[in-house]
Amino acid sequence: MSLDISFIGVLIGSIMASSVPLILAASGELITERSGVLNLGVEGMMIIGAISGFALMVITDNLFIAIIGSMLSGVIISLIFGFLTQSLLTNHVATGLALTIFGIGLSAMLGKNFVGIPGKDFPILFSSLRESIPFFGPILFGHSIVLYFAFALPFLTNYFLKKTKLGLVVRAVGDSPVSASNQGINVILVRYCCILYGGGMCGLAGAYLSLIYTPQWIENMTAGRGWIALALVVFATWSPIKVLIGAIIFGGISILQLHMQAIGFRIPVQFLIALPYLMTIIVLVVISRDSRKIKLNTPTSLGRIFYKEK
Amino acid sequence: MYKNFLRYLISAIFLITFSISAKADFKVGFVYIGPTGDHGWTYQHDEGRKAVEAAGIKTTYVESVKYGADAERVIRQLAQSGHDLIFTTSFGYMDATNKVAKDFPNVKFEHATGYKREHSNVSTYSARFYQGRTILGHIAGKLTKTNTIGYIASFPIPEVIRGINAMTLAAQKVNPNIKTKIVWVFSWYDPGKEAEAAQALIDQGADIIMQHTDSTAPVQTAEKAGIWSFGQASDMQRFAPKSILTSIIDDWAPYYVERAIAARDGTWSQQDTWHGLKEGMVAMSPYNKGMGADLVKEAEQLQKDLASGKIHSFTGPIYDQKGNILVAEGKVADDGMLLGMNVYVKGVEGDIPK
Repeated sequence: MSLDISFIGVLIGSIMASSVPLILAASGELITERSGVLNLGVEGMMIIGAISGFALMVITDNLFIAIIGSMLSGVIISLIFGFLTQSLLTNHVATGLALTIFGIGLSAMLGKNFVGIPGKDFPILFSSLRESIPFFGPILFGHSIVLYFAFALPFLTNYFLKKTKLGLVVRAVGDSPVSASNQGINVILVRYCCILYGGGMCGLAGAYLSLIYTPQWIENMTAGRGWIALALVVFATWSPIKVLIGAIIFGGISILQLHMQAIGFRIPVQFLIALPYLMTIIVLVVISRDSRKIKLNTPTSLGRIFYKEK
Repeated sequence: MYKNFLRYLISAIFLITFSISAKADFKVGFVYIGPTGDHGWTYQHDEGRKAVEAAGIKTTYVESVKYGADAERVIRQLAQSGHDLIFTTSFGYMDATNKVAKDFPNVKFEHATGYKREHSNVSTYSARFYQGRTILGHIAGKLTKTNTIGYIASFPIPEVIRGINAMTLAAQKVNPNIKTKIVWVFSWYDPGKEAEAAQALIDQGADIIMQHTDSTAPVQTAEKAGIWSFGQASDMQRFAPKSILTSIIDDWAPYYVERAIAARDGTWSQQDTWHGLKEGMVAMSPYNKGMGADLVKEAEQLQKDLASGKIHSFTGPIYDQKGNILVAEGKVADDGMLLGMNVYVKGVEGDIPK
């Protein structure tokens, strides 16, 4: 491995790029779960975002519309989940699983005519700075706007949950919907909003894959990233900053193991492939050992159905 | 009374016509490992299915079927629901296909890229993709400046290892300093991971990328990096117009039509088919002029010679990584050896995952 400093910069840049969909989807799901709703439909919402974004890009030739549209499509499909679980009081787990299956099927159907069309170059920011500054250039510059947004998102989420009144409301609804309701909070409305927000972020995560990361549409292109995002939220014990750390570790080791293979390390490949999963779990478990903090962050009513007696 | 009679009559007519048509309808089922929209392996099989449909034979397909219990369930379901001929189009369906074939002796089975024919109603078929890899190796050996070829591999099965070896041997012939770097992604189909693997190989000095996985992500990554690449399974030129030198194309259509008609007309019999450039089951997409007119000519000549049998991809002397002789000088590898290939030839870096 050429270990010169500029190469490491390039490597860190590509690690950041690969963790973006995980950060976006997991941050969205985190808000949903903090409000007490367990939505297992992340994969389905991501894939719908991926096809909607790509289809809109092809039809309108406008990347801005494509990005916004992918988020809206995530919102719309999560609205189905919201209606079923919040208004019809269906089981969260079953409905979420159904949403994933539905999303994968629907996206395949919608995408039939978009297979085999090459994507467009997504504009990257500060590309000249990327080349001119060694090491920091490829890390800080030359990325799409979505990447910068993704890396700011966990901090914004953290601020929102800890420092704002609305964040307190979300947490209250997630911890004790009955007391929140008695305080005059419209629990169902808050949960609806959190579900729709989660859907929008998952849609954006999908569009990142189909418009920026591997610009094309192919069926099932999310390839399980939604499930990894879901697991990240749990292992990060519902802390936005730990979600960010987990996503970077997962993305980082996924890419490093490929490099190790290319260099020719004599380590069994199967072990290398399992490494990202193993390391992410180990690191997150180690940094989240404070049980008092876990209790503080865990939404107590997660996955439980709430209804207000009238 | 009269009304009831009419009702019975109508339902009787319905039943009779339905059962007759159900008997008369010859149906062919297809089981795919990926989605038909992968623009690679499964896409090409589905083109073959469409050709069967165009020949006037009814077909159905099930896509994205996982190996193992899922595969057996799907194949069994197809056999039970009146399909007369079933194509299972991935290596990993081998055991499931044979298992179901045992229970349905009247249904014909065709398994792609496998070698087990445990019952008389199971045929196997495959394409000599390695002939295409030989052409890729020749081109890559001539064009590389870093002497490093990046190879994205899926699973360590003989078909994939054969491709790696065929490519490396051909590249060595024109450039003895060639190194083949391999990254295993343990998936046939994961665009994100394939793109990352391509990037890792590029970062490690590869200036030509080829793949034995099914998505178009690696060629796009190569295009972005401004280096050469080769397409897999179908013509991927549209995705990387500057970068793609040529694609190995699988053309299953003639074989599928022939076998479906044979099964319908009762002339189907067990068979092991391994067709290549000669029969057209393997084809090359137009060569990129960017490689230079001379090299295009060489590639076309090599393609002709491989098709006519004048040149064999595995001509001795061939050594394994430790230097033991695999094929003696002047000999060519027989099909048995090719089908069971599980060692790298000299010049490939790393170990085969066990």
